Amino acid sequence: MKTLQQLQEIRDKLKATIEERKEGAAITPGMPRMYVLVCGGTGCTSGNSKIIYENFKKQLEEKGLADEVKIILTGCFGLCSKGPIAVVYPDGSFYTHVKPEDVAEIVEQHIVGGTPVERLLHAEKDIHGQLKSINDTDFYRSQRRVVLRNCGVIDPENIDEYLATDGYKAYEKAVTTMTQQQVIDEIKKSGLRGRGGAGFSTGMKWQFTHDAPGDVKYVACNADEGDPGAFMDRSLLEGDPHAVIEAMMIAGYAVGAEHGVVYVRAEYPIAVHRLEVAIKQAREYGILGNNVMGLGKKFDMELRLGAGAFVCGEETALLNSAEGKRGEPRQRPPFPAVKGLFGKPTLINNVETYGNITQIILNGADWFASVGTEKSKGTKVFALGGKLENVGLVEIPMGTPLRTIIEDIGGGCPGGKKFKAAQTGGPSGGCIPASLIDTPIDYDNLMAIGSMMGSGGLIVMDEDNCMVDIAKFFLEFTVDESCGKCTPCRIGNKRLLEMLDKVTKGEATLEDLDKMEELCYYIKDNSLCGLGQTAPNPVLSTLRYFRDEYEAHCQGKCPAGVCKALVSYKIDKDKCIGCGKCARGCPVAAIEKTDYVAPNHKLASYEILPSKCIKCGACAGQCPVKAISK
Amino acid sequence: MKNVTLKVNGVSVTVPEGTRILDAAIKAGFKVPTLCYMKDLCNESSCRVCVVELKNNRKLMTACSTVVAEGMEVLTNTPKVRASRKITLELMLSNHHKDCLSCVRSGNCELQTLSKEYGCEANKYEGEMNSYDVDDVTEYLVRDNNKCILCRRCVAACNKVQTVGVIDAGNRGFATRIASPFDKTLKDVPCVACGQCINVCPTGALREKDSISEVEKLLADTSKTVIVGTAPAVRAALGEEFGYPIGTDVEGKMVAALKALGFDKVFDVNMTADMTIMEEGTEFLSRLNDPNATLPMITSCSPGWVRFIEYNYPDQLEHLSSCKSPQQMFGAIMKTYYAKKLGIDPKDMAVVTVMPCIAKKFEITRDDQSAAGVPDIDASITTRELARMIRNYGIDFKALDPKAQFDDPIGIGSSAGLLFGATGGVMEAALRTIAEVATGEKLENVDFKAVRGTKGIKEATVTLNGKTINIAVASGLANARKIMDEIKAGKSKYHFIEIMCCPGGCVNGGGQPIVDSETRNLIDVRSARAKVIYRKDKNSALRKCHENPVVKTLYSEFFGEPNSHKAHEILHTTYVKRNRF
Repeated sequence: MKTLQQLQEIRDKLKATIEERKEGAAITPGMPRMYVLVCGGTGCTSGNSKIIYENFKKQLEEKGLADEVKIILTGCFGLCSKGPIAVVYPDGSFYTHVKPEDVAEIVEQHIVGGTPVERLLHAEKDIHGQLKSINDTDFYRSQRRVVLRNCGVIDPENIDEYLATDGYKAYEKAVTTMTQQQVIDEIKKSGLRGRGGAGFSTGMKWQFTHDAPGDVKYVACNADEGDPGAFMDRSLLEGDPHAVIEAMMIAGYAVGAEHGVVYVRAEYPIAVHRLEVAIKQAREYGILGNNVMGLGKKFDMELRLGAGAFVCGEETALLNSAEGKRGEPRQRPPFPAVKGLFGKPTLINNVETYGNITQIILNGADWFASVGTEKSKGTKVFALGGKLENVGLVEIPMGTPLRTIIEDIGGGCPGGKKFKAAQTGGPSGGCIPASLIDTPIDYDNLMAIGSMMGSGGLIVMDEDNCMVDIAKFFLEFTVDESCGKCTPCRIGNKRLLEMLDKVTKGEATLEDLDKMEELCYYIKDNSLCGLGQTAPNPVLSTLRYFRDEYEAHCQGKCPAGVCKALVSYKIDKDKCIGCGKCARGCPVAAIEKTDYVAPNHKLASYEILPSKCIKCGACAGQCPVKAISK
Repeated sequence: MKNVTLKVNGVSVTVPEGTRILDAAIKAGFKVPTLCYMKDLCNESSCRVCVVELKNNRKLMTACSTVVAEGMEVLTNTPKVRASRKITLELMLSNHHKDCLSCVRSGNCELQTLSKEYGCEANKYEGEMNSYDVDDVTEYLVRDNNKCILCRRCVAACNKVQTVGVIDAGNRGFATRIASPFDKTLKDVPCVACGQCINVCPTGALREKDSISEVEKLLADTSKTVIVGTAPAVRAALGEEFGYPIGTDVEGKMVAALKALGFDKVFDVNMTADMTIMEEGTEFLSRLNDPNATLPMITSCSPGWVRFIEYNYPDQLEHLSSCKSPQQMFGAIMKTYYAKKLGIDPKDMAVVTVMPCIAKKFEITRDDQSAAGVPDIDASITTRELARMIRNYGIDFKALDPKAQFDDPIGIGSSAGLLFGATGGVMEAALRTIAEVATGEKLENVDFKAVRGTKGIKEATVTLNGKTINIAVASGLANARKIMDEIKAGKSKYHFIEIMCCPGGCVNGGGQPIVDSETRNLIDVRSARAKVIYRKDKNSALRKCHENPVVKTLYSEFFGEPNSHKAHEILHTTYVKRNRF
């Protein structure tokens, strides 16, 4: 149990070590002269970053540098495609694709010798031909880190480091200087909207829960992030778990709840572990418990692990699952603010939403609202995926044009391919065509063009992607993840998928497209929960912007050459030099030699037997003279 | 409570605060279709056929769950609403095994009715259909998931009403189905055979195991004397199958129909209900006077309830009366006393019963139910099956004699025995007899109104010879569970308890005619059927079991006295401790 004063002493003592993790920071005497930050996020961990960290630790100890060089296992840096990542401060050297065996060289040459290991540095140069430091890279330059401010900076398993970033000061401020209503008003004034998908006003949600009658109320955190390729919440929990805990404490104070529940998926073991560590440390410091920080308030929390059903990210399904029931949504109203967990008024916010709270309280609503667009304030974290040079996690101000994200931060499509569309909002969102690449990203603009913010997945497609196939991919996901409770989602989406399948096989007619569209609107209007209501969005948005591709499929053509049923491989018999590589590479022996010898060639050409061909495309990759085409 | 005024399709209607749109629409004179919703049972909002529009609101709302608000303008009939409902139904049909020509529920299937009302194209959405094995391994129930529309009414009946909890939704998405844990059959889970799931199923996904062919075989066998007995509650509901309003007494027509079907003798199980009271009442009085006997004593006539206690409270079986149920007493008396009287071998006699119950199909297979060395009962059919037989045999039910009489000599039953058909009836019949037997004084007021009505648990206190007796009546197994938990905790204050498995008692048994959700919105089926029984009792000349001349003859000629050694051998039984898993 720490008193307010003791907590402040920890903050004061460690503040400098956090400050020093910045490019060009002055080193305070008595503090380490150098910091090595190794990414301990899920992506880099799977790339052995834990071993890299251990190696650093061992070698620094061996060289007697343990005191002057501090090594920290942090949360995610964001540029996951370049992991494992290690950053050295104060010079800001940005090491990418680090291997455990590289550590010795970095220690020897850089830490001891003072010269960064150039071959391991992120290969992005400025106009003078100098390698850029981390914050100058295209990936980081346009970002603004509010939610992710501590990710990749502090040690998430050390509460003292969080305290040093003014941790738990926001709670102290709220409880000691603000009434419950003032806290709610501040959140309302900030314009913060739910980051989980629908973008409902967070302040209003807090107000409703506050106003709902009931002695027992709950504060819940939705950490059931399920969009394919999305990992915003995971990274925040892994990188800065205390920020979420503190925000839930503030919410608890504001709405009158003494108990918090984090519903987190069991597939996030690192996030779960760091939350557990954080909760334990917070309890030890008396930050959670019966007399929070000696301020006379009660608040404690627990984790509920989800089994990974996508639908459990829907708030009422989450409640059912947290109660131990089958993860199925409940009809709303009543909303959770009135009748939530175990029938009690419950505030449910998403992880990223909570990630903003302490900063709003500390810096004020006006500070927060100064970033963003008229109706979408603050920043948004996106998980970039798909056909981009730089995939990973980015945080940008609301209103940033899609072009900035794709071309500047994401580095454009690899191989100079043409950008075709971007899908936001995961399987619930829609495709944004290249023609709308200058759309400023915010809740309302995305809604207007038939997509949605969703939780922040952003998947980029290039010219090689078939948009019907993309729609089918997303719908396959939602059909698989439907809980099966309501008819429109259970059967409607299944039938829609079957219709899409018909399209990809070239068996659909133009009338079928109309029938599909009718079914899409029906499912949106009639489904019980958000999963069903948004499941047809990928189909509707692709029908809207890429109807020509659908129509081409109806005529038996897949313009991108993706849909197997509509693709056939042919060998140009006059180009074929008869080398036989294709036949040897064919997994089903569908390529045979013919009698035909092309003029100027010595050997007989080959041909593909359509009845045997499985359209895998292996042959085309083997051909040295590009005689095989789709 | 405050009232709320709203408009439904322009019609102004005032309803209490908290009312749902569905009920407000009914009050305003508009039907809103429902498939998953059932009054007082299921409110899952899962089927989506009850969607309506609210003025100035783009979203469709479910009428079954949305609470009305002041000034709300509900539109139940807009083109969007009707088109949506139609697609919902067509989607259901696209994954529904449509053997409507011969389905047992054809004609009273809610999906069929709505599909017709909405002019659905049965095959508009073609695609993969789920295919499930039909679960027909129990003696009493057939579950055909190929016809299930996942409304979850059965789940609510099993879990909420009965707290039996052997079914729930399994798997997810398109593969969702109603299943038992680990996909076990109903035989391998602690299903109590109440059949409440059947009664609420909107389609033919749940039905009783058909015993008609067994009965037909017995009737065709010329070497057998085939006797039929009818349970009290059957006459209160059979008419519904032939278009009579709920709550019509068709006792005479029922008897005439059974005779027309070719049964050699048509008797009334009311008579063995009277015998049950003699045996059970005597057992109770002797337990009451024995300081070492187990109290409270609980009735044992409901086989679903007996199975429930065997599975869930196996260490409390001592509380059950050892009396066989009236059905089993009926068979036992037929095959012992009556066979002897007729001078035939019990093997040459077949006893069939018509019951409002599907658990009776299981009960006839129990051990220790063979008084004459052969099973007491050969076949048991439900009220619904009897109706099917009548139709199949081409009998014009409406033209049958409404005053046809049960056969002599065993056909006489008291109206106290008849009360067994409604919750509280066994208790009331028992009190009428116990009061007179224990005190030796004639009972003037025979109406024990405290035990009547559809309330889940009813309590009363009676005084016998200066001794205060606390009694309780429970129907529906959720209520039975409350009573049992008290007993188990040693906190029960009761001496004598009547428990019926089905809510409202046998009139609402799992074998009774199926009443759709639309009708249930307007009528409490349980009390409407119970009224038949109480009306008949009121007008009866014979209102006490022990005054039944047949009962007197049976004791004087055969059993000696109640709870005699012979009575124990023939009319009493034993129970088994069952494992839930």
